[in-house]
Amino acid sequence: MFAPWADPAARPLVRFDGVSKRFGTATAVERVSLDIFSGEFFALLGPSGCGKTTLLRLLAGLEMPDDGRILLDGAELTTVPPYRRPINLMFQSYALFPHLTVEGNVAFGLKQEALPKAEIASRVDEMLALVRLEGFAKRKPQHLSGGQRQRVALARSLIKRPRVLLLDEPLAALDKKLRSETQFELMQLQESLGLTFVIVTHDQQEAMTVAGRIAVMDHGRLVQVATPQEIYERPTSRWVADFIGEINLIEGSVTEVGRSGTVVASAAGRLRALSPADVTAGDVVWVALRPEKVRIALEPPPVEGENCVAGQVADIGYLGDLSIYKVRLDNGIIMKTAVANVTRLVERPINWDDRVWLTWSSEAAMVLTR
Amino acid sequence: MRRASWFNIGSLALGLAFLYLPIVILVIYSFNASRLVTVWGGWSIRWYAELIDDRAMLESAWVTLRIAFLSASAATVLGTLAALALVRFGRFRGRVLFSGMIYAPLVMPEVITGLALLLLFVAIDIDRGFWTIAIAHTTLITCFVTVVVQSRLLTFDTTLEEAAMNLGCPPVKTFLTVTLPLIAPALVSGWMLAFTLSLDDLVVASFTTGPGATTLPIRIYSEVRLGVKPEINAVCTILIALVAIGIASASLLAKFHHGGRGAMAGLAGR
Ligand SMILES: Nc1ncnc2c1ncn2[C@@H]1O[C@H](COP(=O)(O)OP(=O)(O)OP(=O)(O)O)[C@@H](O)[C@H]1O
Ligand SMILES: [Mg+2]
Repeated sequence: MFAPWADPAARPLVRFDGVSKRFGTATAVERVSLDIFSGEFFALLGPSGCGKTTLLRLLAGLEMPDDGRILLDGAELTTVPPYRRPINLMFQSYALFPHLTVEGNVAFGLKQEALPKAEIASRVDEMLALVRLEGFAKRKPQHLSGGQRQRVALARSLIKRPRVLLLDEPLAALDKKLRSETQFELMQLQESLGLTFVIVTHDQQEAMTVAGRIAVMDHGRLVQVATPQEIYERPTSRWVADFIGEINLIEGSVTEVGRSGTVVASAAGRLRALSPADVTAGDVVWVALRPEKVRIALEPPPVEGENCVAGQVADIGYLGDLSIYKVRLDNGIIMKTAVANVTRLVERPINWDDRVWLTWSSEAAMVLTR
Repeated sequence: MRRASWFNIGSLALGLAFLYLPIVILVIYSFNASRLVTVWGGWSIRWYAELIDDRAMLESAWVTLRIAFLSASAATVLGTLAALALVRFGRFRGRVLFSGMIYAPLVMPEVITGLALLLLFVAIDIDRGFWTIAIAHTTLITCFVTVVVQSRLLTFDTTLEEAAMNLGCPPVKTFLTVTLPLIAPALVSGWMLAFTLSLDDLVVASFTTGPGATTLPIRIYSEVRLGVKPEINAVCTILIALVAIGIASASLLAKFHHGGRGAMAGLAGR
């Protein structure tokens, strides 16, 4: 299992050490400390304007940090000019050179290294084949579609095989099918070339698919850095839980902390959940529950001991693979549950306004303090 | 769209006539077969043919073209550097003063520019002639290049330069391989504008000229004072054609490359 971040002896490839960047009075990146290891596929995830692009630009040397240090392989990077950093960036706006052809754009990076012409040509061909643009070598970027331009930008940033490749929303302009294909190609490429990728995206699905670790950002700060599973199953705050996937949040206060878990008194009754490390009786907490972990039934459950609430179906959403039921509990709280459509149903057994019971195991629920 | 009324057409015709009738008459009379300027003697190109033998006139034309070429080229280099400083160096100390000083020749009466330059050349004791006119013209037209290039630089996407540097290209090479090719159309149209401005300048040239360097406008002016000759009409027609071609291609270039449209429209009307 590849997990250098869990190994205290591992040396990071890139280290952000308390890096801040301000534009005038606005802080784009605030005291970010982050280690990225060689061979990692790392994703930066966050809402628009949270500072993802700025973080990449700091690493590429296109912005200077106001505070803190950036290290590459343990050596100070802040003083190295951008054109000497072994780091390539695929720009969010592509930034293709309009006066050069596709070929000229892709070859630009290699031409700076004074390689023999034949080698440049063969590597450009190889790269164009990789992004499936063989027939477009002689075109100008203005005469390409949005998705094709994006692939030219990808090829141009990949061709130098940089120590770190920074991808700023590389797949945003592709259709769903091409995007998932390209995601897998990126993963294969990253693995076969042994490069380190840092990808920025606001698509959580994409981050979960490609990345080994995800950093969730908000307002210039890192909120949580962890593997996709951990971020999904053990978010550290309501904000993260809500940002990544769907979540039911029920506010309550802790009445009992025991070996069997935490008991939370809420408007929906007494709820049991696994304890996080740091709650004591009396704390105000939120029970967080993923919709797909909630079971829905037309009858009350036969066994006691599990969490169970009753309510009425307020809305049903059919998504093809899933059906989403919104249930209004007796106390007015709305809870969502997702049920996989395993069989092809001619008629739904559960209908609008049906009285239903929602149950979930205490392992499925998380207790969040923030 | 509103239909053109007779009033609109009438006022347009009147306005155009006011602006261009004298020039049209001059062009027509340059093809006059008669030696007498006021008498129409039928169509002919004989004055153009006679020009070829007019050594003094050809000499002046040659001087004028060389001066225009030199000063336009120098102005393009200087004007581009000034535009780069204004657009790229952010809010450096004295930026407002600097930009004010760059644009001053744009509105300064030419008589004052000419007189000031004359005083300068006298003070530093240079022989006046070809080179002083070239220097004076460079001073006069640099600001026009700056205006054209600056408006192109303002719309220039600087992430292109960042992309080049990110791919390992040092700053100077980035400027030469990415920035310069992309702003080249603005440089060319700035150069053409400067060229035509130098070509038809009379005031500054007559202040800064010396023995042996008579530009075309100076020669035309001095000959006309002795009476209008048909050859002069022919020379003027050629000059008009040159200037028109220069201005038209400059504004066409600016139009095709988006940048500098506003500036060109303003300057072309000067
Ligand atoms: N050059 C700049 N000057 C002033 N403010 C800037 C500049 N660049 C970024 N900002 C501000 O910094 C913040 C972070 O911007 P950034 O581009 O890093 O966001 P982002 O996370 O990449 O957003 P998006 O997902 O929309 O691309 C924003 O509030 C933005 O307005
Ligand atoms: Mg961004």
